[in-house]
Amino acid sequence: MTRVVLAEDGVLLREGLVSVLARFGFDVVAAVSDAEELVAVVAEHRPDLVITDIRMPPTFRDEGLQAAVALRRLRPDLPIVVLSQYVQADYATTLLSTGDGRAVGYLLKDRVADVQDFAKSLRSVTAGATVIDPEVVRRLLHRPPDPLTTLSTREREVLSLVAEGHSNSAIATRLFITEAAITKHVGNILTKLNLPPTDQANRRVLAVLRYLRA
Amino acid sequence: MPTTQAPTLALLNRRYLLTGGPWRALFYLFSTLPFAIPVAIAAGVLALPYLAAMSSLSRGAAPDGPVLFLMIVSLALLLVLGPLVAVPLGVVERARLSLMDSRPLPSPHPPSPADLVSWLRTRYSEPATWRELLYALFLATVVPAAYAIAGFLIIIEAALLLGPFFVTGGSAFWTIGAFEVRTPAQAIPLFLLGILMVPVFGYLAGLLATGQAFAARALLGDRTGLELHQVAQSRARLADAFDLERRRIERDLHDGAQHRLTSLTLQLGMARLDVPADSPAAEPLTRAHDQAKDLMVVLRDLIYGIRPQALTDLGLPAALRELAGRSPLPVAVTVADGVPRPAEQTEGTAYFAASEALANIVKHAEATRADVLLARAGETLILEIRDDGQGGADPTRGTGLTGLADRVAASGGRLLLSSPQDGPTLLRIELPLIAAPAPAASLPAAGRP
Repeated sequence: MTRVVLAEDGVLLREGLVSVLARFGFDVVAAVSDAEELVAVVAEHRPDLVITDIRMPPTFRDEGLQAAVALRRLRPDLPIVVLSQYVQADYATTLLSTGDGRAVGYLLKDRVADVQDFAKSLRSVTAGATVIDPEVVRRLLHRPPDPLTTLSTREREVLSLVAEGHSNSAIATRLFITEAAITKHVGNILTKLNLPPTDQANRRVLAVLRYLRA
Repeated sequence: MPTTQAPTLALLNRRYLLTGGPWRALFYLFSTLPFAIPVAIAAGVLALPYLAAMSSLSRGAAPDGPVLFLMIVSLALLLVLGPLVAVPLGVVERARLSLMDSRPLPSPHPPSPADLVSWLRTRYSEPATWRELLYALFLATVVPAAYAIAGFLIIIEAALLLGPFFVTGGSAFWTIGAFEVRTPAQAIPLFLLGILMVPVFGYLAGLLATGQAFAARALLGDRTGLELHQVAQSRARLADAFDLERRRIERDLHDGAQHRLTSLTLQLGMARLDVPADSPAAEPLTRAHDQAKDLMVVLRDLIYGIRPQALTDLGLPAALRELAGRSPLPVAVTVADGVPRPAEQTEGTAYFAASEALANIVKHAEATRADVLLARAGETLILEIRDDGQGGADPTRGTGLTGLADRVAASGGRLLLSSPQDGPTLLRIELPLIAAPAPAASLPAAGRP
């Protein structure tokens, strides 16, 4: 039988979850109400699956997620399902970057209501699968196009030379165009990459970083 | 904190005599003297020709030529030289007013050119200058008269208190009103009266100083500017209160309603497992379960509209990304390095500005994409929202942009819009960056059911 540790600070929902889990043949070895207790009981019981709410005492922010990350650091293959009241793609990405990204689940609390599907998701995660809420996936696929793709061929050429450390005049010599034209290209690149003038950062370096990360 | 209020409120405090109030008032009154005395002497000299004219009028004779001439000269001196004394006096008195009244009293004079001629021209043409001259005259006339009366009362009080020590034997005696005091025993009742009068003098000092502070505030301040400042402050407080209220409602909904609804939906889901599909209860139960699930979505969207939890939990960049993810348009969010987490109110204002702007773009701009940029320039938080739509956004049509500008202005920021026909539209919001205190410090962690 799958041994489960559950962390949820709301009493009603915690009890509801315990009965759902029992009904579908999970063995709830501990049900706690905050992240600190969660870490403690996981160390004590070494469960096969951890289910945790994200927002819990004392600060009601993301302590459940922090606990999940910490637990995965100790045991990278520990199956963990994180429940969230609202969709936050950042939470999913954080969770997926723990361990090898397998045996984790990020689900909206709404999914709990479809008890059979929920139980199925829990079994998949226990078996090592990754389960991400469809709503999160929809959001992640909805990302806008990469601004680098909006650069013209000439601008990409200039940016690659900037990345190699050349000054505007050196680039002008190489491309057989005037330095003024290079300055204009660089200006366009910065605009297209959405790098406005600030006194905080070197925009040329930021543009190069974008280029290299792409 | 009585000192942040009008000085009259400090006087109404029942424990006024036990506070520093009377001592501050005394200090305020005594430190008036070095300014009031020279001003009073100068005003007295200027008033001499008028006194002479009055005395000759009282004798039934018209003032003669030299007196008339001197009257004109002294009036001219008052008008020409008066402001040169009154303006610097105003500076000193505004600074001294902070002893009595911690509400700021900014200078009524706008900054003026450095060269002397234009400075004089500006100052002589300002009503504020002449109100300061009026204050100087107040200092030269009403203040000495009031202080003289107070001084007289203090002498009587001193006599009452010191009586027993001065009439120790000999033939010396005091006469106070109808009383004649010859022996210490006779002085005792008067001494006790003097003791009883001490608190009265504490209030007398407070009253005098408050009256003078009232005149100073009325004559030395920038009336319109002060009111505007107060309006701006109350507007900012109002916006703050709204923001706090939104967070409270969001938390209450989350901790109470949302939590219970999730639990209820879960119970319905469980119940469905136990009801056979052919039972008459199966269909209504399924309907109830579906409605509860729909309600969860409705409630989540409602809470999101009140104040997104991501904003409170994760800060502005994450909340902006979530906002972008919800938009039907592709929206890229760029956050420059070095943007600190702003104060909660600033964060809320920036977020709602972005939300309103993106909604406008979807509704009106016919854009294919939008970009949101969050950056910092010095002590200013900069939020830019641009789209590639048709442009021509006009703040005078519709209340969206105006409401947005109001909200930004209430936080001490400003909103700039560039939207030529055929686009693109750039909306730039600048907000003063006040470093946030420790996260979530202002909300007590409410217990949950």
